[in-house]
Amino acid sequence: MAGTAVHRRLTWQVAEVVDVVPETESVKTLRLDVPEWAGHLPGQHVDIRLTAEDGYQAERSYSIASAPESEAVELTVEHVEDGEVSPYLTGELRQGDRFELRGPVGGYFVWEPSRGGPLLLVAGGSGVVPLMAMVRHRVAAGAEVPTTLLFSSRGWDDVIYRDELEGLETNGLRVVHTLTRSHPDDWIGYSRRVDPEMLRELGPAPEERPQVYVCGPTPFVEAVAKALVDLGHEPVGIRTERFGPTGG
Amino acid sequence: MSPPIVSRGFRGRRRDDSPPDRVPPGQYATDDFPVLSAGPTPQVPLDEWDFTITGEVDELHRFTWEEFRALPSETITVDIHCVTKWTKLDTAWEGVRVETLLESVETSAEYVVAVCDGGYTTNLPLEDVVDGKAWVAFGYDGEPLDPEHGGPARLLVPHLYFWKSAKWVRGLQLASTDEPGFWESNGYHLYGDPWREQRYTGD
Amino acid sequence: MTDDVKLDGNAAAGILQQIFAVEVTMASGTCDGCGAVEPVGAVSVYARAAGTVLRCPHCEAVLMKVVTDGERIWVDLRGLRALELSV
Repeated sequence: MAGTAVHRRLTWQVAEVVDVVPETESVKTLRLDVPEWAGHLPGQHVDIRLTAEDGYQAERSYSIASAPESEAVELTVEHVEDGEVSPYLTGELRQGDRFELRGPVGGYFVWEPSRGGPLLLVAGGSGVVPLMAMVRHRVAAGAEVPTTLLFSSRGWDDVIYRDELEGLETNGLRVVHTLTRSHPDDWIGYSRRVDPEMLRELGPAPEERPQVYVCGPTPFVEAVAKALVDLGHEPVGIRTERFGPTGG
Repeated sequence: MSPPIVSRGFRGRRRDDSPPDRVPPGQYATDDFPVLSAGPTPQVPLDEWDFTITGEVDELHRFTWEEFRALPSETITVDIHCVTKWTKLDTAWEGVRVETLLESVETSAEYVVAVCDGGYTTNLPLEDVVDGKAWVAFGYDGEPLDPEHGGPARLLVPHLYFWKSAKWVRGLQLASTDEPGFWESNGYHLYGDPWREQRYTGD
Repeated sequence: MTDDVKLDGNAAAGILQQIFAVEVTMASGTCDGCGAVEPVGAVSVYARAAGTVLRCPHCEAVLMKVVTDGERIWVDLRGLRALELSV
């Protein structure tokens, strides 16, 4: 475990926006310059704090989307209707703007190649963010651990990182989409919520003792974790990161 | 501690028109009704629900849901102030005054602890829950109180920070000493007057 | 019933590191209520409250309460019978 990412006195640091990149209609990636950044591990998150002119403050947590090898720290944020913070981050924020962040934190929900595999990543919507950091790191590190990413999205245009994932499907990485609300006419993939049958079909099987990471809205994570345990997977091998009711 | 960096253009979800005489210091008015919870939402069937008055009393007093709902109740409109800085103006509740529940209780106690499903507790001076200052509320905005907002019934004490308006309340324990509750024993103020900004211990 | 606001222990990593000065999400906590042992990252966290509350994922007993005003942090650890950290 990298020393700098685990043993540090945490303080609020300043992040400056370098770029705001649209991913889907409601999702944007913030590319940040954080001068005092000491590096992170795939799966970790940051706490961010926004302060208004009159002192009003709001804090939220966002998973780091970028691999440790990346130059900029990237956060991918979904616009939540009537949200307090995400409409600002996805709608108002622009290059040169600043806010505070604290981290990286969250050593529990981390995957590195040394943890081994096979690796099963199950993402619900914007829950793909920390899992994408793991996928990107796997590529950058040249790891060949057999990896399955099962990614649930509402529709084909809602799939975050869609094109990038298509390009990464080599070297033992398998990306399986399920679209729960709408799908293209010629769609031959899954078109329902993640369920035990889908997980059983895809594998890996419990006997292979995979490292499993599940991330997304709380109801999604709970349903998937239960399905995995019902299939025979050991609870200790399943790590969950619930995003709460709306995902941020 | 250096002052925090201001983020250009950030406002949050706040009302622009907060009348200052109704919004206590350090608070921001909102039209939302945020759900704050320290644990899972209890689910108690009404035929198992009761409200008890215990502790330094002549005898234990108990109300079933039917007995509770048969008591005189009223609709009130009050402003509520959460210690996390949001204030919601003109909230409409339906409930039974706490003094109605205490009517036949004989006690020399000066304090109460509200006890709730899920284990939450909060302490108050007895005089702060009588004389029309507190209710056990079962309705909000014309509807039965939602479980996530404390239903079937919660304590409502609008003149103090809203952590004192204990959700899922099931009874009052009367005592002669002020025993800190769930939050009061871990940093929050024993009394909690929003107009004197008594948020934390020592404020 | 699913409590949509419930998070995992990992969500409290930031505030916990301010208290303990080391990453504790991988530390093992023993619940004083039921004796269950879990990594802190796997316990239940209720963070939309007047403070942060960590609860045992098995019996829902309170393990820790954390309140901060930005300058002081109050921590109640009574519900944690033991905490095992690697340093």
